[in-house]
Amino acid sequence: MEKRIKNSFLRGTADGIPIALGYLSVSFGFGIMAAGAGLSVFEAFMISLTNLTSAGQAQGVAVIAGGGTLLEMAAVQLIINIRYALMAISLSQKLDKSFTLPHRMMAAYGITDEIFAVCSTKEKKLRPSYMYGVTLISTLGWVGGTFFGAAAGEILPASVTAALGIVLYGMFMAIIIPPCRKEKSILMVVVTAAGLSILCKYLLSAVSSGFAVILCALAASLVGAALFPRKEEED
Amino acid sequence: MSIVLYIAVMAGVTYLIRMLPFAFFRKKISSVFLRSFLYYIPYAVLSAMTIPAIFYSTGNFYTAAAGTMTALVLSYFRLPLIVVALAAAGAAFLTGLFV
Repeated sequence: MEKRIKNSFLRGTADGIPIALGYLSVSFGFGIMAAGAGLSVFEAFMISLTNLTSAGQAQGVAVIAGGGTLLEMAAVQLIINIRYALMAISLSQKLDKSFTLPHRMMAAYGITDEIFAVCSTKEKKLRPSYMYGVTLISTLGWVGGTFFGAAAGEILPASVTAALGIVLYGMFMAIIIPPCRKEKSILMVVVTAAGLSILCKYLLSAVSSGFAVILCALAASLVGAALFPRKEEED
Repeated sequence: MSIVLYIAVMAGVTYLIRMLPFAFFRKKISSVFLRSFLYYIPYAVLSAMTIPAIFYSTGNFYTAAAGTMTALVLSYFRLPLIVVALAAAGAAFLTGLFV
């Protein structure tokens, strides 16, 4: 029994290596962004260790840099990260019975887009040790990259750190553009959200960037759900 | 305001979003509207976060525009996330040598 658990942990660790490598480079960009916003290496490191998410952290740093309220911070995280609740619900349907409540409470920390993708596409029931393996190696990549990025932000020439400021946004585009090609409903939602965001930026500049993202995303998603409701089998 | 407080709120909210449904949810959402709405949220969030912020991400409009175009083209052809992300930075850096 003990041996089996150890093996699934190692299997999870192996499956997590590509995630860790991807995280390493993306979080390097986050570290630079955080340092550029005035955060210390330790603060950037702690944000990555306690949040383990890209979009929420990037917008969180924007809220800190803009001197936003704690309520704004909470609302921003809620809206940006609400997708994890869906992934958690989806994953909860395929848990092994060894996944007791304490395991669920611990493993929930590791629900990210990529870890969810790896864990949910497993054919067998999901075991805690497997998910811990994937999560551990991925987290090492995420916090390691953040540390080096934030530290390098103070060492690298300004021309390099400036260019690396675009890394996270480049990744976001790589996530949303391919589905836009496939489904015109997603394209419509993406274009609507972008258009509203531009309007907020230049016409409603009093609205802080965190709330602007929330308003635009809620509005665009409501329009999408009203015009293009998704049937069960499309998921 | 103390950075520690910001980080605590960020971490607390993010963890609860993951933990509460994972630990306690037992059934399935049936409303088509709600499911559709939740399905579109991540795309809408990422889009609103990226546009127009990406054009300010390098501190110079021209280098950022070059990086954005590079990311747009490469992601259209479905290159891996990390390739798109680093190529965008590379394009911004190279453009920065000339502006």
